[in-house]
Amino acid sequence: MTLASFASQLLNGLASASSMFLVAAGLTLIFGVTRIVNFAHGSMAMLGAYIASAIVATHIGGAMSFWIALAGALAAGALLGVLLERGVVARLYAAPEMLQLTATFGVLLVARDAALALFGAEDRLGPRVPGLAGSVDLGSFVVPQYDLFLLAVGPLVLVALTWLVARTRFGMMMRACAENRQVAAGLGVDPVRLSIAVFALGSALAALAGALALPREPATLAMDLPIVADAFVVTVMGGLGSIPGAFIAAVVIGVVKALCIGLGSVDVGSMTIAFPKLTLAAEFVVMAIVLAVRPQGLLGRQIDMPASTLLAQQRAFVPPLARRDLLLALLIVVLLAALPSIADEYAQVLATEILLAALFAASLQLLLGTGGITSFGHAAHFGIGAYATALCAKAALPFGLAIGAGAVAGAASAAIIGAFCVRLSGVYLAMLTLAFAQIAWSVVFQWDSVTGGSNGLVGIWPPEALASRPHFYAFAATLVVVAFAALVAIAHGPFGRTLRATRDSRLRAAAVGIDVARTQWLAFVIAGAFAGLAGAVFAFSKGSLSPETLAIPKSVDALVIVLLGGINAWFGPIIGAAVFTWLQDSLARTFPYWRAALGVFIVALVLLFPQGIAGVGRWRRRVE
Amino acid sequence: MKHRMAHAMFAGAWLVSACVMAQPIRLGELNSYKQFPSFLDPYRKGMELARDEINAAGGVLGRPLEIVSRDDTGAPGDAVRVAEELVSREKVTLLMGTFASNVGLAVADLAKQRKILFIAAEPLTDKIVWDNGNDYTFRLRASTYMQTAMLVPEAAKLGKKRWAIVYPNYEYGQSATTAFKAQMIARAPAGIEFVEQAVPLGKIEAGSVVQALVDAKPDAIFSSLFGPDLARFVREGELRGLFKDRPVFNLLGGEPEYLDPLKDEAPVGWWVTGYPWYAIDTPAHKRFLSAYQARFNDYPRLGSVVGYATVKTAAAAIARAGSTDSAKLVAAMRDLDVDTPFGRVRYRAIDHQSTMGAYVGRTAVKDGKGVMTDWRYADGKDYLPSDDTVRRLRAAH
Repeated sequence: MTLASFASQLLNGLASASSMFLVAAGLTLIFGVTRIVNFAHGSMAMLGAYIASAIVATHIGGAMSFWIALAGALAAGALLGVLLERGVVARLYAAPEMLQLTATFGVLLVARDAALALFGAEDRLGPRVPGLAGSVDLGSFVVPQYDLFLLAVGPLVLVALTWLVARTRFGMMMRACAENRQVAAGLGVDPVRLSIAVFALGSALAALAGALALPREPATLAMDLPIVADAFVVTVMGGLGSIPGAFIAAVVIGVVKALCIGLGSVDVGSMTIAFPKLTLAAEFVVMAIVLAVRPQGLLGRQIDMPASTLLAQQRAFVPPLARRDLLLALLIVVLLAALPSIADEYAQVLATEILLAALFAASLQLLLGTGGITSFGHAAHFGIGAYATALCAKAALPFGLAIGAGAVAGAASAAIIGAFCVRLSGVYLAMLTLAFAQIAWSVVFQWDSVTGGSNGLVGIWPPEALASRPHFYAFAATLVVVAFAALVAIAHGPFGRTLRATRDSRLRAAAVGIDVARTQWLAFVIAGAFAGLAGAVFAFSKGSLSPETLAIPKSVDALVIVLLGGINAWFGPIIGAAVFTWLQDSLARTFPYWRAALGVFIVALVLLFPQGIAGVGRWRRRVE
Repeated sequence: MKHRMAHAMFAGAWLVSACVMAQPIRLGELNSYKQFPSFLDPYRKGMELARDEINAAGGVLGRPLEIVSRDDTGAPGDAVRVAEELVSREKVTLLMGTFASNVGLAVADLAKQRKILFIAAEPLTDKIVWDNGNDYTFRLRASTYMQTAMLVPEAAKLGKKRWAIVYPNYEYGQSATTAFKAQMIARAPAGIEFVEQAVPLGKIEAGSVVQALVDAKPDAIFSSLFGPDLARFVREGELRGLFKDRPVFNLLGGEPEYLDPLKDEAPVGWWVTGYPWYAIDTPAHKRFLSAYQARFNDYPRLGSVVGYATVKTAAAAIARAGSTDSAKLVAAMRDLDVDTPFGRVRYRAIDHQSTMGAYVGRTAVKDGKGVMTDWRYADGKDYLPSDDTVRRLRAAH
């Protein structure tokens, strides 16, 4: 790599960093004030890009049309932000924090289909900007003029936002709210107006970023999730709530990616390292390293959640198992046993899928509910378990051994990931789990000789005796019921109680002699084992396996299922899995815009049952 | 969109009721409609056109065709569930469709397990007919290998030594790259060398990738990018002078799905595989084109042809088998001839690959739109490896 190419790649990295920073700055503002993990943030960027492209297409204002489009996207973003806050989020401030995540995920689904309906399926490439359409010759290389413009936008927004936060009354209120919402409210800061304002501002920034990207990349329907994932990474790596931190993180990631591409394939001894391939997960690798060294991000401060939040109160009420629970369990078992005689074979296929989703979600619930440990990367254990099983099956090992290998591999992956993660807490921990999951995904995705790469592995069928749909259902249902019962027993037994103690108060738990980190790590291992077991059976139920099994959407599915079902009730994951899987299956079959329909259902369910479907009524009574 | 769909459903319902005497033959179709709408909306229209033409002509075996269509959501695991539903609940006669390679391979494996015919419409992976080929799976589209082979003769003729290869980092891009390198090494002068850039699908850092390629100073470029990645690559490449005095080959680059969004910025003079629907004047294609335009008031994309030919394949197989029995259908698919808008194609018995070809030509801009010029139809049968090689590849399974 020559000095000239190094310099040009540096500029490339900085230009990309600008867009990334704008989206992340919006996200960090929203999170800082409202503590909401906003999945719909990427949708704002996507809608901003589409709206801008629609405005540009009208040629309004002639040569100025691009700038008018930017203003339009900014305004539309602000409006959409207010709608999101008022329509969905505002109704959920009192709910468990993670529930808003589920709701915004529903909004993401709706937004994508809305864009498809409004703007059509074709990718929309924006025009080049008059005056910035060419490139500048810097002697040994050329730089597009528009890149130079982007290069300036990032720092400008950084300065403007820093001034806003540090020097204005509005900024002061934001900082107060970020510090302690209750106290700020007590001192006369109107949290409602403030929330509306940050949602408007944050969403407008995201929409602006989407519109600004238009001259470089087309507006596409699939851009929402990657953008929000990148924004999460930048936000967390920079330190939550820190705008300069987000800027530095964006620059680091942008430059690292550009340099990986610039390096190309390099021979190291007898090996050739293809650096461009690393870009698949570069941002996650960088974040994992940063969080391993600095658990609160580059410029973040440790945020302590006050112990007196509604969430903490709600968590305190985990009723011991009673006869009612036993009856419910019996009812579920009877229903499962009766299913083959009352429904067709496909119902058994669907039920198998629901049961596996329920077991997977229940393993997450042990972390999320009992342990208060948020994992965004739980699919890693599921997927690694599934791959271990598939590889054993390919090697013609006995069926039982292959299934067991799945559970062991899931536990092993959780043991490694957990060891790093238990040092962190809150969203930092969540993002580190996500980073590990993405790294695992990119390894599986590219390790062709073992995992089959992006194609995955095929031909993983159970032995002849279990091959038919009814036989496999009987096997899977039995296994899941036993595993589920074991998981519930663990969660309500001595270990579960210890884990709950670490969740409710780290300090008090430590004071009575509980090794907090070790307990949480064990929770990871147990959860990983059950997730891996679910993955193992999943592999045999599908006959094939591909990297999607450990991708982000799979982790999000599990989160949505746990929260939809109810974070505390032991049967929450079953209800959540049944509703979610059944909805997705029947909507996709009957309705062209099934994503939007699923999103609407999720939002509606979350608004109707803020404690999860299983928690309806119970919690409200207790608190009152 | 909604209107048109309601319209189509109404028309379908009318046709079905007209043939109420005979039980329809149900074709199970699944595809990632929400994941790749720009290809699959036209694909669905092509299917509907073929179905209605067949039914208007009296159906197959005296029975009308009914397409039971599902969104497979783009995830192999979900696709397998959807396929199970089609087979066990909807009792379909055969399975067809799918887009991405991993979904196609997963459904192919399920078809083998459940012993039902699967016509893979769009997946391009070579593995679906070779390494992972099975008795029940047949594939319509010209594979990655075949389409690469269609470009190689022109590429080899240039005698360029240093090639830059840029590809989306997953099965399709990887096998295109492998196939290109192998075929070039076999034909080109000694000392040929390759510089590679693998980019994450849908997330190309176009500025950096183009800059890296500029710095690598290649003599020529081979790309298998498509969709948003291609658009970004083209724009950055023009800005940074990557394509100046360098021949560029781009797999799939001439498909309307990927060329049209570029509008007047479509590259000029690139060698591509694609579909110049505006210029093909064979009787088969003319008939298809006018029927399609009359019905949908839109021009066909490559997806339209794929959807149309897939349904025609299913109909031809059922007619030849004289039955809807799986074993007979599979037997009928071997060496089956099907008339498609690209002419007659044959599903080879040796590897279940159809001989459907692709159009190879060079890009140009005409009236503010990207088009293909100097094109020729490359018949798929001329771009497959020798029978011995194919047998060896399939035996490896």
